[in-house]
This record gives sequence, C-alpha cells and structure tokens, in this order.
Amino acid sequence: MPPLRKGILMQPLVQTHDIAVGFGGRQVLSHVAITINPGEIVTIVGPNGSGKSTLLRLIAGAVKPDHGQVVRRPGLRIGYVPQKLQLDPTLPMTVRRFLDLPRRCDDATALAALEEAGVSPAADRQMSDLSGGQFQRVLLARALLNQPDLLILDEATQGLDQPGSAAFYQRIEAVRDKLGCGVLMVSHELHVVMSASDRVICLNGHVCCEGTPDVVSSAPEYRELFGTGTGGALALYRHEHDHAHHHNPED
Amino acid sequence: MFDDFLVRATLAGVAVAMAAAVLGCFVVWRRMAYFGDATAHAAILGVALSLGLSISIFAGAMAVAVIMALIVAGLSGRGYAEDTLLGVLAHSALAFGLVAVSFIPDVRVDLGAYLFGDILAVGKADLAVIWIGALAVVGLIAWRWSRLLMATLNADLAFASGIHPRREQLVLTLALAIVVAVSIKVVGALLITALLIIPAAAARPFGRTPEAMALGAVVIGVASAVLGMVAAYQLDTPTGPTIVSVAAILFVLSNLSRLLWSR
Repeated sequence: MPPLRKGILMQPLVQTHDIAVGFGGRQVLSHVAITINPGEIVTIVGPNGSGKSTLLRLIAGAVKPDHGQVVRRPGLRIGYVPQKLQLDPTLPMTVRRFLDLPRRCDDATALAALEEAGVSPAADRQMSDLSGGQFQRVLLARALLNQPDLLILDEATQGLDQPGSAAFYQRIEAVRDKLGCGVLMVSHELHVVMSASDRVICLNGHVCCEGTPDVVSSAPEYRELFGTGTGGALALYRHEHDHAHHHNPED
Repeated sequence: MFDDFLVRATLAGVAVAMAAAVLGCFVVWRRMAYFGDATAHAAILGVALSLGLSISIFAGAMAVAVIMALIVAGLSGRGYAEDTLLGVLAHSALAFGLVAVSFIPDVRVDLGAYLFGDILAVGKADLAVIWIGALAVVGLIAWRWSRLLMATLNADLAFASGIHPRREQLVLTLALAIVVAVSIKVVGALLITALLIIPAAAARPFGRTPEAMALGAVVIGVASAVLGMVAAYQLDTPTGPTIVSVAAILFVLSNLSRLLWSR
C-alpha cells in the first residue's frame, strides 16, 4: 500500500452525488454515488450498456451530468488511458512525439514514464508499428507524465490476450504502489481485474453492490449479473428476468 | 514589383497554397475532405450574394462558408449521415448560387472565374487580403496546434486534458472558411479542396511526425503554386488547374519514390 498522506491529500479524489445521465431519452445512469480515495484501485464491472464508460467519462469531465454533481479534489490531476486509440493511418506519430501531447516533456521524463509503464520501444518508432500491448503501455506512459493523482483506464486491455492483460494490470498495481495515485478502471475481464482491485463497484445503470473483490463476488447482485464463474453468459441472460431492483428496459 | 500581374499571381498562389497545406493536414487526418468540398461549393452562393449586394467577395464567400459549416456541424448526427447532409447542402448552395447569379441585372459575371479561379486578375488589394487571410489561418493553427492534435487523436483523451474537441472543430471550421474565401479568386471553388488534400497527402510518405508532414505539405504546396504558374505561362494553360495538376504529379512522384525507397 502507498504511504499515508496527510491533510488535503487524504480527501477523496472524486465523489459523485446522486448522478443521473441520459442520452437521447435513454437513462444511462441514475442515483450513482461513488467515492474514489487516494491510492486505491477501484474497478467498475457491469454488463454491456450498464453505463461503465459513461461513468468514467463523467469523472474525466467529458460528460456532464443531467442531475447531481461530481466533486473533484481541488487541483486533481487526472491521467486518462482510453479504450482504444484509433490512429488515422494518414497521421504520422512517433512514440516520442505522442508523449509530448498536449505539453512537451524533456527526454528524461519521457524515458522515465516509458519505464514506469513497462515498455521500452525506440522513441522514434511509429505508434502504428507498435503491438497492441506496447501501444497500451505507451498510452499508460503518457497518462503518467503529469504525475496524476487519479489514473482512469477504460477497458485498457481490450485486444490483448489474457497473459498480456494480466501483465498490464500487474503493472498498474506496481504504478499505484510507486506513485500512490488512485486508479479507476473499467474491465470486462472479471477474474483478472478482481485480483488487482482494492474495491469493486458493480454497475448496472445504478450501483448494484460494491466492496472488496471477495465481498462483491459473493454478493447476490453480482452473481445475478455474472453468475458464479463459468456460466457468466447464461447468468447475464437470466439477469433480465429475475433481477428485482430498478432497471433500464434496454439492458 | 507588385505592378507585375505575374508577380502578384505567384505571390497569391504561394499564400493560398501555404495556408491550404497546413489546414489540409487536419482535413486529411480528420477525414474532412468532403466537408471542405461542401464549404467551397457554398462559397459560390456567397459570391452571388456579394455581387447582388455589392459587397466584398471575400466577405460574402466567407460569411456563407461559415454559416454552411455551422449548419453542418449543428445538423450532423440527427438522422442523416454527415456525407449525405453535406451532399444536400453543398450542391444546393452551389445550385442556388448559380441561379442567383443569373438574376443579377446589368452585370455580366464570368462565373468561370469563381469556379476555376482567375489568379491573373488578382489586384494589389486582393493580394493584401489573401496574405492577411493566409497568415491568419497559419497563425491560428500554429497557436492551437497541440490542442488541435489532441482533439484529432481522441475526444476523450482531449477532454481529460481539459481540451474541448468541439471548440477545436470550430477553429478548423473557421480556418476552412477563411481559406475558401481567400482562395476562391486564385484556384476557384471547385479546386480548393485539391489544394487542401493533395499537398498533405503527397507529404504523408515522408513525414514521421505531424509537424514534419505539415512542413512537407507547405513545401509541396508552394512548389506546386510556383511551378504551376511557370507551366501555365509557358504552356498557355489555365492557371488554377495547372497548379493542381502539378500538385497531383508531385503526389504521384512522392508515392512512387516511397515505393522504390522501401524496396
């Protein structure tokens, strides 16, 4: 665990209060109240369309809530790792140049960030020539450049094989231990992610349940959403019919 | 030296090619080619209105280009695909423009000059406006370069860095309207998109960073303008199309040499 820090640094990084968000008449999130504390790794799990990415984008500031508020700690620095970056083939971009966006950094800082993210491609390589795993780590390195208090990852391991994503999440944990930043991430890979999380939030338009990974994985709400392991897909289907509390009709 | 119409024409071509090349990189990266086309076509309506109202062609073309761009931005994502919407608006504006010109009494308008440009008719005042507009576009893009790149890469990534992608889109839209307005006399409404796209595309094989590609596009664009002027003078061909033809040849050469290089 990261060293305890005092005063303002112990305040929650982000708190959402009774958030509601809708797009085009469809309610995506309602009554969402979550807290992210310094130094903790929080993972959001939930079925497709449960509003996971919307919640991340809300916290990152890319989406405004229709109701409720998002309270960020004053001066909060956010490092964001997007789901997948579609680099247009006509846009040339070296690794080094990418790290200079949006603000230039010196070579030593860039190298340190790449090391921190566990990747060491030649700085003048084209981003488009990197493998999926290297690409995601360069995205992570860029997110680490401004010394973030909160690292946000939106399904950052999509397209990686299972050992690849397991290694990626181990790296996230190592980064948290070293920098003491909070981590908020979304993932589909429940088993991989659960072991690397301090707290899991199970989302389905609203917060179904939350707690430590073992508490959540044994919670009835979680089991209704994901089953007990192997029967995940079936459980997702059943979920529509036997889940008792409030739901979006589309889910 | 500004008394020589060939010098004025060359300087006008260089200014337009430079601004179009820089902006053109974003047009290529963001796949806005059709958007550029639509804005340019709409400018013909602006020309017609300017002639009818006896106001500056630059002002009229630019006003209509801006309005056009704002309408497209406002309507996109509401039922029609963006290219359909652009097709409807662009060609409607062009058609209305052509019809409107025919209503203008007592003025014999050579519309060809606005469709294909009449660079040799650029006067001193035109030249000043063209250079001011071109420098404004280059300055605007240089000022917001990093933010524009971020918004081009990924909207969420931009937001997380405190950049508003829609605002940057608006910057590009405004720059596009300026480029269209200042180049309508030089290359004409139908060939503006060529000066946006071709130099940027020709520079792509040699650019390893966005900056290098933009610089390469400027060199290729300016070379096209100068060589095109010379060729048009020697061969007695229409100037705007000759400039675009030279750019197209440079595009082919650039890609051919890249092919040979990588073998």
